[in-house]
Amino acid sequence: MREILGDIDRWRTQKKRIAVARVVDIEGSGPRDPGAAMAVNEDGEVCGSVSGGCVEGAVVAEALEILKSDSPGRLVKFGYSDDEAFAVGLTCGGTVHLFIQPLTW
Amino acid sequence: MIYSALADRIRKNQPVALLTVIDGPNTGATFLVAPDQDKIETLGSLGDNELDRVASRDALGELEAGRTSVRNYGPSGQVTPEDLQDTPIVRVFVESFSPPPQMIIFGAVDFTAALARVAKVLGYYVVVCDAREVFATKRRFPMADEVLVTWPTPVLTDRGPNLGARDAVCILTHDPKFDVPAIQGSLATSVGYIGVMGSRKTHAKRLERLAEVGISKPQDLARLMSPIGLDIGSRTPEETAISICAEIIGKRVGRIVPSLSNSDGPIHK
Repeated sequence: MREILGDIDRWRTQKKRIAVARVVDIEGSGPRDPGAAMAVNEDGEVCGSVSGGCVEGAVVAEALEILKSDSPGRLVKFGYSDDEAFAVGLTCGGTVHLFIQPLTW
Repeated sequence: MIYSALADRIRKNQPVALLTVIDGPNTGATFLVAPDQDKIETLGSLGDNELDRVASRDALGELEAGRTSVRNYGPSGQVTPEDLQDTPIVRVFVESFSPPPQMIIFGAVDFTAALARVAKVLGYYVVVCDAREVFATKRRFPMADEVLVTWPTPVLTDRGPNLGARDAVCILTHDPKFDVPAIQGSLATSVGYIGVMGSRKTHAKRLERLAEVGISKPQDLARLMSPIGLDIGSRTPEETAISICAEIIGKRVGRIVPSLSNSDGPIHK
């Protein structure tokens, strides 16, 4: 979070709506520990990261969806499993659990 | 409001925990917990007073350990397995923001600048200390958070009580006048890493001088990483800085790493 405060502050001054995605849990191998954070504003601008670049694209889509839907936030899981063979995942084989929420607090 | 308080505390390097309900009743609820001397300062709510009370107490423990984790509660803060039966589970993400670890470097030499730079990359609060005014200048070490012109003893008396397992002391002076009090002072703290620069020969002589001032307990001497760093054939100050920081990481997480202090033979091949 520390490294994205500057961008978030700037977006807040511009009155942009912002969603924050944070790693809350990792199963198996994962590039970033719990607490790794990225933020997305309503224009799709991004700061920070939650993986080694593997899932960020999908996180942006989810974050924009959450900003549109007035959701209070939700858990999103990225990882490989048999029934999600074509879904976005971590190449290292781990599973990352993210909580994505609008920054309304 | 919570965000501003959080950002403010993070920027001031003050400990703070951000609690978020990530699943269950009141998903998205946000609660800020900060230790304030003997009290707990809070902002926001997880949706229930009793849950707030229990979770804020837990958050203080997590903060102290510098840990970030998910904890499960009942809607009114229940925690025992019996109490959690037949209740919805509130999953709370407790994110700790602890002040950065500290690295105190004794000796304002060329290696110091490289080590201070690498330590900054790793997020350390870096203090450089040397008694020689001409060497210990902010201009030579612009990357350091503090440059102190003084002797090791006052620095360690003053800051020693705040040093813990995440912190590091690196003694790069090679000068007995400086080395001995720096080692003495560091051993009196709970600092997680004490690295002392010098060849194997230098360290052997240093051990004799330490014995003269009464430092000879094996458990004390075992804390001294000397020669400093990992056996990766470092030559330049920058490579040496990497080898020192890699040793610090390995020691902190309890891995067996190829420390020079655990091997023999030449440091440079």
